[in-house]
Formats: sequence, structure tokens, C-alpha cells
Amino acid sequence: MSILVNSETRVLTQGITGATGQFHTRTCKEYGTQMVAGVTPGKGGTSFEDIPIFDSVEEAVRETGANASVIYVPPPFAADAIMESADAGVPLVICITEGVPVQDMMRVKRYLKDRGTVLVGPNCPGVITPGECKIGIMPGHIHKRGGIGVISRSGTLTYEAVDQLTRLGMGQSTCVGIGGDPIRGLNFIDVLERFNDDDETEAVVLIGEIGGSAEQDAADWIRAHMRKPVVGFIVGQTAPPGKRMGHAGAIISGGKGTAAEKVEALRAAGVRMAPTPADIGQTMKEALG
Amino acid sequence: MNIHEYQAKQWLARFGVAVPGGRVAATAGETRAAAEEIGFPCVVKAQIHAGGRGKAGGVKVVQTADEAGAFAEGLLGKPLVTHQTGPEGRVVRHVWVEEASRIARELYCSIVMDAAAGQPAVIACREGGMEIEEVAKETPDEIIIELVDPLVGVARFQIRRVAGRLGLSGKEVGAFGALLKDLYRAFLESDCMQLEVNPLAQLDDGRFLVLDAKMNFDGNALFRQKEVLELRDVNEEDPKEVTASDLGISYVALDGNIGCMVNGAGLAMGTMDIIQQYGGMPANFLDVGGGASKEMVGQAFRLLLSDDKVRGVLVNIFGGIMRCDVIAAGIIDAAREIGVNVPLVVRLQGTNVEQGRELLSNSDLSIIAADTIADAAQKIVEAVQAEEGRA
Repeated sequence: MSILVNSETRVLTQGITGATGQFHTRTCKEYGTQMVAGVTPGKGGTSFEDIPIFDSVEEAVRETGANASVIYVPPPFAADAIMESADAGVPLVICITEGVPVQDMMRVKRYLKDRGTVLVGPNCPGVITPGECKIGIMPGHIHKRGGIGVISRSGTLTYEAVDQLTRLGMGQSTCVGIGGDPIRGLNFIDVLERFNDDDETEAVVLIGEIGGSAEQDAADWIRAHMRKPVVGFIVGQTAPPGKRMGHAGAIISGGKGTAAEKVEALRAAGVRMAPTPADIGQTMKEALG
Repeated sequence: MNIHEYQAKQWLARFGVAVPGGRVAATAGETRAAAEEIGFPCVVKAQIHAGGRGKAGGVKVVQTADEAGAFAEGLLGKPLVTHQTGPEGRVVRHVWVEEASRIARELYCSIVMDAAAGQPAVIACREGGMEIEEVAKETPDEIIIELVDPLVGVARFQIRRVAGRLGLSGKEVGAFGALLKDLYRAFLESDCMQLEVNPLAQLDDGRFLVLDAKMNFDGNALFRQKEVLELRDVNEEDPKEVTASDLGISYVALDGNIGCMVNGAGLAMGTMDIIQQYGGMPANFLDVGGGASKEMVGQAFRLLLSDDKVRGVLVNIFGGIMRCDVIAAGIIDAAREIGVNVPLVVRLQGTNVEQGRELLSNSDLSIIAADTIADAAQKIVEAVQAEEGRA
């Protein structure tokens, strides 16, 4: 087993005619992902590398049975794209787009309430179940199938962690990038719950950042519910307060959201913390004994 | 993005919010003239992007034009140090001259985006003029928080609840409700992350008046907030950060001497962290983007080296989508063109890493190659310390 995506996942790309959408649709298809449809309003009836393109998500779902959507459309249109997929009943939407206005995400979050759609992102690398399905922009070749679940707010730092795990012989069940924006779809707890219930996942790597309180919430949840070992790392230990570190969510404001606070909360919940980003793999190896 | 107090007041006035009348002035002469026109007593306030100006001596009630002019003279062109500016302070380039108000009491009111809840929160408090973080620490029960449903806006029952806890009654409730609705409309229509009115004054006659306002806007939404963008004051920002944002590079100046170039915000922060763990200090946070191109690498290099504190450079690229050979070529081109005369450590990982490393080692540049992120941090810290030992 795995979580969120597997070999049965049938993916449609929103924004398939843009350069980014094309590049990653091709890369994911080469990895073995079932890329079944593309959507670009006004380009219906054409195709991209034998993948049929439709004018609307509704039509793409009806014609191809797509059950997941990946979004590469530019920031002004990303919120609408997410809602269109939710309206068409797509159960999983992964939004890669970076730079979506926060108030757009506020409306999306409200729109998704009571609808069955699960959102990952925005501003995230995507989701991969190694060997079965890669949706997003992560390099497939660094991954290896195995028992470690990975959840992260960051992109390239996740690759760093995955690379360390793979080199030390620890494969991954599923890796989920939840994204660096303040308002997002799935949060740490939502993914932890799924890993907790997944037979294949033996242990979890959780990579957090400064800003917000999602890691502290995750720590509370882990203490109360988590049955599997968790290795953690919080990036931004040396970031100054009041400065936004690239990600819109990565800012220490009013003395809240510091790395020290998060490390302490996770450690108190029994999470084994990696001291530096170079030690994530090694720390997992020790945790598994 | 932040704006000045006077800009926030002028902006809020467009949404029907009552603010004191005033004028902005850039010289002592302009300040005198503005004060004459407004009448006495009036208030002269230093305009910088930081709070705590009153306590730092940046605000004064004046009785004459001479007093206004002399006070402005003492402020303009000089740094004002508040508890929010850091020890170097911020240079005052404008003062705001406004009419004095007959204040009966001071309240606190703000609307902030509550990221965890995914909706705006109205925050209010009886204690105006204080820092809300302090109040939250000392007397958390005094703070009133109402989450707003974005489909509904601020509901009437919520207005009554907040007003009641602020001790307002009768006509005051209606006046407060009207103000809150105007503030909420300004918050939504301007893509705010934070709109803070502190203090919110209640006047002798019961009316509400915004005595100080702080607004912060969502950087991701500026493409549709052209008028907000015009209020940007680049004097309040680090010049290198301004250049970087124009190039689409995410850059934050720090105090150390090791320049960092990394792809991805998380890995960039991680690189800063590990440099410090090896005893060095990063000169900056720099994210060239998850899919860094050859051109971006060149631009980032120029930016890094324009900081004369930099005594060494660490490049840490996890080439996921971007191939390492392309990145290596970009580094070589940029280093040749710009001329790097400080130690340069490069760590490449990911797709085509072998070809990338080969390119670097075959180049005539003295590049120190590193294998892992830890190896890279150790090598740059050692190289910089060796340079400093020699100097």
C-alpha cells in the first residue's frame, strides 16, 4: 500500500499547454504515471504527446475517468482551477503553482469544505509513490520504494532528505510535499493520519519550517495518536525574525513560529530530531535501530 | 509589503474610515507650512516602516510652527531607532503632520489573516496604544478574537459581541460596526495580510477615529493591486533585496560573511543553518528557484558578490529538474565573467551530477568541490577562516 497515489491513479494536467505543464507531464509520463488527460480552456480537441486535451475538467473526467488533477496554471488562475476540479468531483487535486494570492486560497479552502476533494499545495513539489506514480516536479530517480513516509513543507530540502534515505538503503512508501504557503490543503496531521493507517509505512520523516504553528499541532497529534517512529527536522534555525525566507509561510512574527519552539514541541512528543539537514537519513537509520 | 502610516490613513479614508486630517512633509519648511495650515496644537510624526516611534522620540505634539519646524529638522535625514528597527535604525525621510484629536479613550482593533484557520480574524482589545503581543502575554483574556467566514463577512452578532466586550453600548455599537465593516472591506479589497489600527480613538463626541494604522499586503497579490504597489517605498528596503525581487530571486541580507546560493527556500534555510553549525555566518538567504537556470545562476552570483562583506561563496544546488551540467556551466560562465576572488565551494547533487562535477574540475577556476551539504559547509567555513587568518 501507499497513500494518496498509486498505479491506479489516472492524472489530468490543468495547464497542459504551458511550458511547465508540458515538461512535467512528459517527465511524469516517462516515470510511468498514467497521464490520461489535459485541460486548457479553448484548446479542447487537440492533444499533447497522445494525451487528449479538453476545454473543461468536467469533460476530461467524463471522457477519461481521471481521478487526480495536477495544476500548473499561472497564479491568477490557480484558485479557479482548483475549484473547477473540486466541482467536477476529482478526489485529489495537487497544485504546484507558486505565488497564489493568500485570499484566493482562503476562498478555495472555504469552497472545498464539505466537498470530497483533497487538496495538496499550492506551492508544493507534489506527491510520489516510488515505482508507481509520480505527480509533480520532484526528480523521480532519487526515490526508491520502501517503508518510509515523507511529509515536508519544502521542495528541494525534501529531495535532500529522500536522497539521504535512498543512499542509506531506506526506500519510501509515499512522499508528500504539502507546500510552503500559509494557507494550504493537506497539513501535517492529515498526512500523518494516512501514514499511521498505511500498512507499508513503517516510519515517517517530517520536515517543517519556521512560521505558523502547523508543526506544534502535529506534535500534539503525534503524542496522542502516532504508532510509528517519527524523525523530524525544522529548517530556519538561524533565520532572523520579521524576514520572510522565500516561502510566504516562512516568517517568524511576533516571536512566534521559531525553529526552537517547534523542535522543542516535536521532541517533547517523542520525535527524534535531526540536528542538521545533513543528518536526516542517519537519524532515521538510528530510529529504526 | 508594508506602507507608511500616512499612506495607510489615506488608503483607509478611501473606504470611508475616519482618520485625522493631515499633510506629509519632507523638509522642515514644509512641516512649518503644514502645521500653520492645520492649526495648533497639532502632531508631528516620523514616518518609517517600524512601530515604537512614539517611545523612540519620533512623535510630538507641537504648539507653534517654530516648534514643528525644529522637531522635523531634528528627525529628517537621520536614523530613528525604535525597538523594531534594530540598532542601526531607519532614516526618516518624511514626517506626517496631523490635527490633534480630543480623545476620550483608546482601543485596539485589527484584522489579520489567520493562516491556520484559513480565514480572517478580527482582533480587538480595550487596551489601545499598547503592543498587542505584550497584552497577549500579560492578560490574554482581554483579547477578543472573532473568526470571519469569508462567505458572510463580519456578521452583526459578531459586531455586537465584540462591541459588548469592548464596553460599548447604545449608538456606539452601530458606529463601531460601521467602522469594522469599512475596515473589513479595505482588508479584502486590498489583499491585506494585516490591517492594524492601534490606537483606535473614541472621541469626546463618541465618534471613532484611526489614530495610527499599519497595513501589510500579500506580495502574491500585488499583480492585481497596482495602486497598492505604487505606495511601495524602496528606501525602506535593502537595495540588494530590491534588485533581487526585480530579478525574481528571493534574497534576504544577513549579517555574516559567507554568501550562499541555493535552489529552493527550504534548502536555502538549511544551508544557512548548517553553515552556523560549523561556526560560520551566512551573509544572506538566496533562493534561485527550484528549477534554477543558467541565467539565474549568473544573476544570483552578481548579486552575492555585490555585498562587500562576502569573504567566501557557497553554492548548494540540488539539481532535480535542472541538470547539474547546465548549472555547472552557468557557474563557470558567471565566475569567469565577474571574476570571483574569494573562495568558492560548490556542491552539486542530482541529475547529471558526474558531468557537472567534471566540468567544474576541468575548468581553470579554483573551485572547491563538495560532496554533501555538510562537507560543503565545513569546507567554506574553513576556507573563509583561513583567508581571514592570512589577512
